[in-house]
Amino acid sequence: MSSSKAIKSFLPFVIIGVVAALTITIGAMLYRAKRVAAVTMSKEQTVAAQATGSVHVRGSVDAPVTLEEFGDFQCPPCGRLAEPLQQIEKDYGSRLRVIFRNFPFTTHEHAHEAAYAAEAAGLQGRFWEMHDLLYREQAAWAKSKEVQTLFEAYSGMIHLDVERFKKDMASERVKEKVESDRKRGEALGVKNTPTIFINNESVPPTSLNPTALRAAIDAALREKKGS
Amino acid sequence: MPSQSKSRAQQSTAIARPRGTVIVYAVVALISLAGLADATYLTVQNLAGETAVCGGSPDCFRVLGSVYSKIAGIPVAAIGTVAYFAVFTFATFAAFGYQRARTFLAVTVFMMFLSTLWFLYVQAFLLHAFCRFCLFSAAITFLLTGLVVATPQRA
Repeated sequence: MSSSKAIKSFLPFVIIGVVAALTITIGAMLYRAKRVAAVTMSKEQTVAAQATGSVHVRGSVDAPVTLEEFGDFQCPPCGRLAEPLQQIEKDYGSRLRVIFRNFPFTTHEHAHEAAYAAEAAGLQGRFWEMHDLLYREQAAWAKSKEVQTLFEAYSGMIHLDVERFKKDMASERVKEKVESDRKRGEALGVKNTPTIFINNESVPPTSLNPTALRAAIDAALREKKGS
Repeated sequence: MPSQSKSRAQQSTAIARPRGTVIVYAVVALISLAGLADATYLTVQNLAGETAVCGGSPDCFRVLGSVYSKIAGIPVAAIGTVAYFAVFTFATFAAFGYQRARTFLAVTVFMMFLSTLWFLYVQAFLLHAFCRFCLFSAAITFLLTGLVVATPQRA
């Protein structure tokens, strides 16, 4: 076989090998760049260091584990995680407290209005009732053209003063609260929702499922016991 | 070399081939690289957990985070990466005159074409959302199908 023929018979293997190696290398580099680095809150950024009056907390104040969620009421993954999170809260009882922060995206048509609705309900002491209702009914209101009417109906369902709710929803106070949550998220490097911190350590997106969250909470509990 | 083994060698590594056919297979290989890049990007996005959260284009996240984005737990994007790499491999061998690679290429591209039709249906009628990365992949597959269909299978 002449050298030119030998080169021709090897060339396709070389080309394919080079493309395979390049694909794997670029893929690995992209994965490293995209993988969300774990974020740890500094002492100044923790909830304990803040004025907690306006923070929405569910669970025992003395709980050894704090789960802080940055969520968007119109985000489908947030909606899917809401019910399992409620179950986790029930199962862990006094060992877990949950904090919710608004992080609405402008790409979601009604996300800001939903956040205002939850905050307006919060002004009447029923934030969590509206929070649960908004997630449960996400599929219904997310596509609705009459979202304001629906939110007013929800406020009636959870026994709010509807007239006050309507006024509060349009108030600057509520908008500022949502904006301050968002700014807190941005300062922590939050880019996606849901973003969850367990005892001030962010949970990677690949672990945003009930099993992995329970494992992370268990690990945080063990760490607290150990310290 | 005995005549029988000579003819077998010619069948698997036929060197004499029309220049136009070689160019078409080289173009198919090059186009498949665009599909490979697109599918690799989506696979990485899936592995990094980006499709399990919101943050970018809502339509893309609806499609890539849906139940249709995985088959038996394997991301469709990863299957796409393998498929585009197979197309690149077969097209490269076909360009170098390997007759059998042309058949494998035609079968692979046909299967990708059918899959693309299914995923377009899913996006249009089941999810009511289109992801631009998936549409780009669909366009690449249609282009590959057109080129493979237009190329004579026997040189």
